Amino acid sequence: MTITLNGEPFELDQPVSVTDLLAKLEIDPRRVAIEHNLTILKRHTFTTVVIGEGDTLEIVNAVGGG
Amino acid sequence: MTDTSFVIAGRTFQSRLIVGTGKYPSHQVMRDCHAASGADMVTVAVRRVNISDRSRESLLDYVDTNRIFILPNTAGCYTAEEAIRTARLGREAGLSNWVKLEVIGDERTLFPDNEALIEATRILVSEGFVVLPYTNDDPVACRKLEEAGASAVMPLGAPIGSGLGIQNANNLRIIREFAKVPVIVDAGVGTASDAALAMELGADGVLMNTAIAGAQYPVQMAEAMRHAVVAGRLAFLAGRIPKKMYATASSPVEGLVGR
Repeated sequence: MTITLNGEPFELDQPVSVTDLLAKLEIDPRRVAIEHNLTILKRHTFTTVVIGEGDTLEIVNAVGGG
Repeated sequence: MTDTSFVIAGRTFQSRLIVGTGKYPSHQVMRDCHAASGADMVTVAVRRVNISDRSRESLLDYVDTNRIFILPNTAGCYTAEEAIRTARLGREAGLSNWVKLEVIGDERTLFPDNEALIEATRILVSEGFVVLPYTNDDPVACRKLEEAGASAVMPLGAPIGSGLGIQNANNLRIIREFAKVPVIVDAGVGTASDAALAMELGADGVLMNTAIAGAQYPVQMAEAMRHAVVAGRLAFLAGRIPKKMYATASSPVEGLVGR
C-alpha cells in the first residue's frame, strides 16, 4: 500500500500504527508533531491511530531558523 | 535608575537579546554563540523531518533547554492558514504554545502581509497561543496587532537577513511610545551599533539571527551583540543629551593661559 509521507509516495506492507511507523523510520516520537489527513494528532493517540492506504502524513520537527 | 525586568506574557527573561538557530556553520558554533550572547530565548523553525536521511543530529541536542526558552516560528508561511497550521504543529511537537508569527507577503523583501498577520494573531490568541508577530515598522499595524491580542510586537529594523540596520528609527520610537506590550526589533540588524540603536530608541528587546550566524567570527559577534544590547538599554534609561547644531565647550572658557 502507498501513503503520502511528507509530500512523497511511501510504500508500506500493511497498515501500521503511528508509533510503529516512527520506529521503522527511526524517529524519536517525543520530538515530532504529526498531521494525519490534515488533522494534528495528539501524542497519546500515536499508538492507536492506524495509517492506511492513501493516507497523507506530515511529520515535522524543529530545525534552525530565525 | 534601575531597569525593569523584561517580561513577556508573564514570563521574565534575563536577556533582552533573542537569537536564532539558523545558518550557523555548525551546531557546535551555534551552541557557543548562544552562550556568548547570553540570550535565554531562541527561535526555531518547524519543518518536515528528512525521511531519507535520519543521520543528522537534532538541533535541540545543541540547545540548553534548561536555560533557554524555545520560540517556534512560522517563517516561510504566506497565508494565515499556513501560519496557523505551522504554529499548531510547533505546539504539538512540544516546542511551545508561544509563536513568533510570520505571515510573509512578498518573496523578495520578505515583508509581512499585515492583514493576514492580524487575522492569524486573532485566531491563535483565541486558541491559547502567546503570539509574538513579526511586523512592519508601522505604528498602526502594531496597534492593531496589540488589539488582536499579541503579547509583544516585533517590528522589523530592515528586511530579514539584509543587515541594513535600523531604517526608520522614528517609526520604532513612535511604536515604542504607543505600545502597551513589549516591542522587540526583529530583523535587519547587521552589527552591534544597530542593536544598540534599537535599544536606545526604547525597544524592549532585539531579535537577530543572520547578524551573528553569518559573521566571520560568529561567537565574537554574539558577544558583541550581548554588550550592544546592554549598552543601548543603559543609554536609553540614562537619557541622552539633546542634539544641538553647534558646539558647547566641555572645558572652562575662563582662566585660559595668556589671555
